[in-house]
Amino acid sequence: MSHHIVEAQDLQYTYPDGTVGLQGVSFRILHGESVALVGANGAGKSTLLLHLNGFLRAGNGNLRIGDYPLTPQNVMAVRRSVGMVFQDPDDQLFMPTVFDDVAFGPLNLGLPEAEVERRVQQALETVGVPHLQKRAPYKLSGGEKRAVAIAAVLSMSPDILVMDEPTSNLDPRSRSRLIQLLKTFEHTKIIATHDLDMALDVCERTIVLHQGRITADGPTRTLFQDAALLARSGLEKPLRMQGCPICADGEKTGVSPISHHR
Amino acid sequence: MAKIDSGFLDIGYMDTLAGGDSRLHRLDPRAKLVTTLVFIVAVVSFDKYALSALIPFFLFPMVLIAASGLPVRYLIKKVMIVTPFALLIGIFNPLLDREIVIQIGSIPISGGWVSFFSILIRFALTVTAALVLIALTGFNAVCMALEKLGTPRPFVVQLLFLYRYLFVLTEEAVRMVRARSLRSFRSGAMGFAAFASLIGHLLLRTLDRAQRVHLAMCCRGFDGHIRMIKPMHIGWREIVFTIGWSGLFVCMRRFNLPVKIGELMMGLMG
Amino acid sequence: MKLTDVVRIVPKHKLKIDHEGSHEFVCRIFVVFFLDRSRERRRVNREEQWEDLRMHMADALISPAVGGVMWAATAGLIGYSSKKVKEELDDRKVPLMGVMGAFIFAAQMINFTIPATGSSGHLGGGMILAILLGPHAAFLTMASVLTVQALFFADGGLLALGCNIFNMGFFTCFIAYPLIYKKIIAAGPTRGRILTGAILAAIVGLQAGAFGVVLETVFSGISELPFVTFLLLMLPIHLAIGLVEGLATAAVVMFIWKARPEIMRAAADSAPIGDLSIQKVLIGMLAAAVITGGMISWFASADPDGLEWSLFRTAGVEELQNPGDGVHASLTHLQEKTAILPDYGFKAADEEAKPEEQPPWPAVDPGTSVSGLVGGALTLLLSFCIGLFLKRRKVSIS
Repeated sequence: MSHHIVEAQDLQYTYPDGTVGLQGVSFRILHGESVALVGANGAGKSTLLLHLNGFLRAGNGNLRIGDYPLTPQNVMAVRRSVGMVFQDPDDQLFMPTVFDDVAFGPLNLGLPEAEVERRVQQALETVGVPHLQKRAPYKLSGGEKRAVAIAAVLSMSPDILVMDEPTSNLDPRSRSRLIQLLKTFEHTKIIATHDLDMALDVCERTIVLHQGRITADGPTRTLFQDAALLARSGLEKPLRMQGCPICADGEKTGVSPISHHR
Repeated sequence: MAKIDSGFLDIGYMDTLAGGDSRLHRLDPRAKLVTTLVFIVAVVSFDKYALSALIPFFLFPMVLIAASGLPVRYLIKKVMIVTPFALLIGIFNPLLDREIVIQIGSIPISGGWVSFFSILIRFALTVTAALVLIALTGFNAVCMALEKLGTPRPFVVQLLFLYRYLFVLTEEAVRMVRARSLRSFRSGAMGFAAFASLIGHLLLRTLDRAQRVHLAMCCRGFDGHIRMIKPMHIGWREIVFTIGWSGLFVCMRRFNLPVKIGELMMGLMG
Repeated sequence: MKLTDVVRIVPKHKLKIDHEGSHEFVCRIFVVFFLDRSRERRRVNREEQWEDLRMHMADALISPAVGGVMWAATAGLIGYSSKKVKEELDDRKVPLMGVMGAFIFAAQMINFTIPATGSSGHLGGGMILAILLGPHAAFLTMASVLTVQALFFADGGLLALGCNIFNMGFFTCFIAYPLIYKKIIAAGPTRGRILTGAILAAIVGLQAGAFGVVLETVFSGISELPFVTFLLLMLPIHLAIGLVEGLATAAVVMFIWKARPEIMRAAADSAPIGDLSIQKVLIGMLAAAVITGGMISWFASADPDGLEWSLFRTAGVEELQNPGDGVHASLTHLQEKTAILPDYGFKAADEEAKPEEQPPWPAVDPGTSVSGLVGGALTLLLSFCIGLFLKRRKVSIS
């Protein structure tokens, strides 16, 4: 049984104006994995994410999510199991109150009102903002908006959580709260991010994209040690791994002591 | 542009006021909406020379404000801000309508002045009533009430979305205008070419945002219908409130209470 | 006196979208022209800001009859547009209308200087909405923007809202856009066609709206301004405003067209006029004209001399005070010169418009009016006391 596997085979995508988005992307993500998607701007991260919920259709190649190969007919079913959190929470919170936003998904699924209420309360408690139910979205701070956006997706009980730059524009405390929260999720997580330190914290596996191609796919800590790989892909080491004397030692001797970086 | 900021913090403040907790706040929004509509219709239905008959209508906003704890000074300030325009509307009447209609002692007062003050009073009443309605109910709840009372759904949804994105877009506009003005060395409004370009860019961003919002909606299962849970409930309180006040307004409209009271006083004083 | 002293289109009031109606503007013209000899600027607020001219009607100018009729028309249009929008089955419209409405709201707050006049203008937005959303969605969007303005900024008022939505929404979205702009653009958008289409459509839409304002004000009878004078003031001004609006609309449309031509293409394809044929529109307008005409003549059938007669009787005034010089005389003179229907005079008809509401007209008998003043003062005092009492009670409870 393909238990919520996300499988891509040689995905290719070209934008209407001719720019190439993806050039043959293949990977296989198993249930429960946390995968970080990193790459320079324009590498194709957002493009790839938009394929995962059927918004963009690959010109070539196959994409399979859970039991369904992605086709126009089962897009709605796919969207039920893939919860996507976008970069700008203002785009995701479009209802009059927080409660309405979090209830939007379950109501569209056709659930009865009592069940919807239950799910909303649960989602809001999970992200830690049940007291904001009656608030209007424009009165929320950045961190609160981010939390509500996540709750709005959680209330649909997705199997796979896809997030685009979740820590951008967050103050340090909100950011660490979010990281703690993400660590508690048991869903399959695919997180596109520039925040390599967060990737180290949350995701045990990383896929590196560069100009529409995957240049690396492996354990996060190992990948982030490889300065040459990172440089090739337009990236740098995570902040907390930069200037580390033990790593520098390791590079000289050829032995990679990765365990000291949590 | 700080003025726009304050203008919008203002709208936001109304929402904060609406979040208060008094018996009036807890009333079903439909009751408050219907009562306010009856009030406004009663007030505007007077003829143009009505003056004293309008006075008792001040009871409604006064009672609501007092009983719900709304900030009086703030509301009065809001009404005062728009009053100059009523003055400008009305000032024309005394200029044109010179026919003397009453004489107080030796001072003749023309119909124009009577209708001018009538306009002012009516203006104050209707504006205050609308403000109190929003301050007690909140814009979103008023829209829900409208829908329950029969307004077509697409229009109500439109009002809700407009309100939601009002703040986002004015902030964007403020940012763009501010950025531009920091780089221009003329004072005053911008030239036409700069305006067209700025508005054009704002429009493009707006269209992009609309697309992203639509995407977010689709990702959460949007199929064309907006669904919301609306816990609204009409109880005896709402009925008493609506019927009571409406009945009072009808009485105040039919009978000129101040005249009756005045006659009573004059009679008593002999 | 230069023309610019009299006809001054001015920048925005401090934080709100302007809400000075044409009536205020007319007041200002007369005040500036006739009375303000020193030509000093009129202060509207503590900031020395000038107001924009707009077609907003105000509650104070509308009689309930006119307001009710216009509200009925507007409600009908909202219902019709809602149905059409639902039928279009384009679920992208839902967020697009909301966000575009917010855009128009924000855009209206941005001023630009109009070259060669030293005044400033702003974008109305109706045409842009119609071009990008189609007539039905644009109408709903315009209506929603005006509603929010009326509720939060007292822009006109709730009774006049029906008139405002009709004046500013109907003509632009259902007449000017489909019958003028679309027809001109039909052969394919080019610079010239966009420019002429936008300007013509804006002018026609605004002229029709201005005409609507005049009709509504005059039929309400609360304002003292005679019909033809008002018309002669409104139409030329709104011609200028229409020109500016058309230019601004054309500029923005051309910008979008250059930056993202696919948007214009999509707008042109997916904005159906539907089954709005010219014949239906004309029949609808004819019907409206017949109905309103009927109403007017019903009002006018009342005794036109009623006012003078009752005044004579109640106030004991031998003859009507009518100063030989000043504003009043000039206006009467003007009216006599320009009156199309000199004997009729809309004024007289209007003052008879409310016999069913209060039997004695006007209810200003000296005896009752003194009592009225006394009673009014007492009532006010009473209300104030009740308010204070409730406030004290609330404070002591909480």
